[in-house]
Amino acid sequence: MLFLVNIIVAGLLAGLMYALVAIGFVLIYKASGVFNFAQGAMVLLSALTFVTLNEHGLPFWLCFIITVGVLIVASVLIEFLVLRPLVNRSPDTLFMATLGLSFVIEGLAQLVLGTDVHQLDLGIPDVPLKLYGLQVSDFDLFTAAVSILLVAVLALLFGKTRVGISLRAVADNTLAAQSIGIRLPHIWRIVWSVAGVVALIAGLLWGNRQGVQFSLSLVVLKAMPVLIIGGFSSIPGAIVGGLIVGATENLADIYIGPLVHGAVSDWFAYILATAFLLIRPNGLFGEKPIQRV
Amino acid sequence: MRIKRSLQTLAGVLAAASVGLSLAPAHAADHANEQLYPLFSYRTGPYAPAGIPQWGGIRDYFNYINSHGGIDGVKVLVQECETAYTLERAFECYERYKHGYQGAQVAALFDTSSGFDATISDEARADKLPVVSVAGGREDAVDGAVFPYQFPVLFDYWTESSIVINYIAKQLGGLDKLKGQKIATVYHDSGYGRDTIEPLAILAKKYGFIDIEIPVPDPGEQQQAQWQQIKQQGVNWVFLRAWGVMTPVAIKTAARVGFPSDHIIGDIWSGSEEDVKPAGSAAIGYKAVTVFPSGSNFAISQTLKKEIIDPGKSDLRDTSKFGSVYYNAGLVSAIIYSEVIHTGHEKFGNRPLTPAEGQWALEHLNITPERVAALGATGLLSPLKLTPEDHEGEPSAKIQQWDGHHWNVLTGWLNGDRALFHDAIFAKAAAYAKQKNLPPRPTLTN
Repeated sequence: MLFLVNIIVAGLLAGLMYALVAIGFVLIYKASGVFNFAQGAMVLLSALTFVTLNEHGLPFWLCFIITVGVLIVASVLIEFLVLRPLVNRSPDTLFMATLGLSFVIEGLAQLVLGTDVHQLDLGIPDVPLKLYGLQVSDFDLFTAAVSILLVAVLALLFGKTRVGISLRAVADNTLAAQSIGIRLPHIWRIVWSVAGVVALIAGLLWGNRQGVQFSLSLVVLKAMPVLIIGGFSSIPGAIVGGLIVGATENLADIYIGPLVHGAVSDWFAYILATAFLLIRPNGLFGEKPIQRV
Repeated sequence: MRIKRSLQTLAGVLAAASVGLSLAPAHAADHANEQLYPLFSYRTGPYAPAGIPQWGGIRDYFNYINSHGGIDGVKVLVQECETAYTLERAFECYERYKHGYQGAQVAALFDTSSGFDATISDEARADKLPVVSVAGGREDAVDGAVFPYQFPVLFDYWTESSIVINYIAKQLGGLDKLKGQKIATVYHDSGYGRDTIEPLAILAKKYGFIDIEIPVPDPGEQQQAQWQQIKQQGVNWVFLRAWGVMTPVAIKTAARVGFPSDHIIGDIWSGSEEDVKPAGSAAIGYKAVTVFPSGSNFAISQTLKKEIIDPGKSDLRDTSKFGSVYYNAGLVSAIIYSEVIHTGHEKFGNRPLTPAEGQWALEHLNITPERVAALGATGLLSPLKLTPEDHEGEPSAKIQQWDGHHWNVLTGWLNGDRALFHDAIFAKAAAYAKQKNLPPRPTLTN
């Protein structure tokens, strides 16, 4: 029984890590209706920038600030060079643009910062605490706390601030938002920058666990079923989706894997997501689109 | 006036084009006196950290050889083709270089991916081009009668299983102590990873240990369920058959569930500096099999340091990789290649070899311990002898341990129980021949 509980808890904690990546997608989707495929590349760029600075002897806080600065500059450039020329184009066009953007960011990040594997140690012990027999580490608890904090901060940002309300207005109706004086480029720059900071946090936590290397950008593949299940436009949905994916893929590997003589977690999450698409296309917390016909 | 000027321009373009065309045949044969080494590299993508030091080792060695006049006077022309470790791009590269490049011929293609090696059999047979995989090819290609154009030289994963089990037995005090031990193989769920399921089943049957097979999906960035299972089942030893990010994640997750690192023995592709450094202190004590021992104290390494690294002629942008496991893997490949060409020269003369001559040279390759010493590779390269029947040689490997900063070699060259697998491997080759309806190879001598 304890083994089963440990498997579920481990899955839930892994799910929070997936959710951190998924939140970056949600932010941009909420503000522009675009599925930003480049979010994984942003995770790689942010972690690689941070760790490179850190290896040059800069203190943690300064590395963090400089990396945030780099991500803001990147966001401004993306808005100016990619998004602005595509204003009022279909979401499909914008999606394809972000797909291309992901390759550009990955390529440039590797070209400038190298392809080496880096160790990233945030100084948080990642050995089991054995709380009532549960295999939970300080790092797991830290990750959980960061996720909850992030959701709270973003909920405040979207619900209570002027910028957040503008973001929601743009997401609801771009043309109407522009007609009342909301500057679209400004909003996009802000939301991409915030998504960049979320990518940095996700990159640091993932990097601490697996090292900073190219495969960080592949984490995007884990975020997709999370988004489908939780809903593309809901930050709490990303968390719930992450928890569901994390727990079920762990259970699937243990109990279904042996039946098929192979690992199943990589595709099982997608089966689950497909089932959600059939039953609840907007996910658990996604907004149902209302259109005049 | 404008028409006249346009006509003059057109005449100039045509003249330049005709000069270009007249030079083209000479250009095409520019490298006729050189031997082509197509290098299917991956300097981008998730496996670039494993690739870049290898290409450094290969290019630095050929750079050194060429600076001394080449292999018996024949210079090596390296042409890189980026694959990003994808099969489709590797096939594209194969098509581009299988017939040579600007007059330079290919004597043998040294491939750089187990996946590519497993799928190139039909093309290599049709093109009559020898394909060599150093320590990573399909194990049934050992049988030269069925696979005349494939050479999985130096090492195979079946023998590796045997070496690992022998090493564990030695730690326990003898092969009889294996009985009842729980040995789990945590493997990358791919053709490469699944390759040891069969030999471990054979070994478990022979020695009575409990064989537990645990797959990890690619890329392996999340392994908590697998290691919880290991902990729950009371596994004694783990054989880790990982690749890329899967290795550091496995080591860190093992520490998270409290599994001792010195009871994990990694595969040859899980035993580089790039595999353990991201795992930090969790990797201290971790062991791995190696056929490419790290270090820069080998005689050939010292020569390269003096003639290539120190004068700034290295392919490595970061020369701290010099002497690393992957750098030395590249170096070993380049040395074997040079010896193949040298063997061919002894029969056919000192000139670039054709694929047919390359195949002959491979099947008569004999790198004796004396020759290894003469090459300055004692301790780095194990002796290697191939025959038309045996396309692998006598595989051997060492066990190394990570101390937090360096790999320390714990053993000499260890041999596996190859005879135990002989029948199973050759039966697989025979089944392949039957499935493909391959006629028996006419002659296997000379």
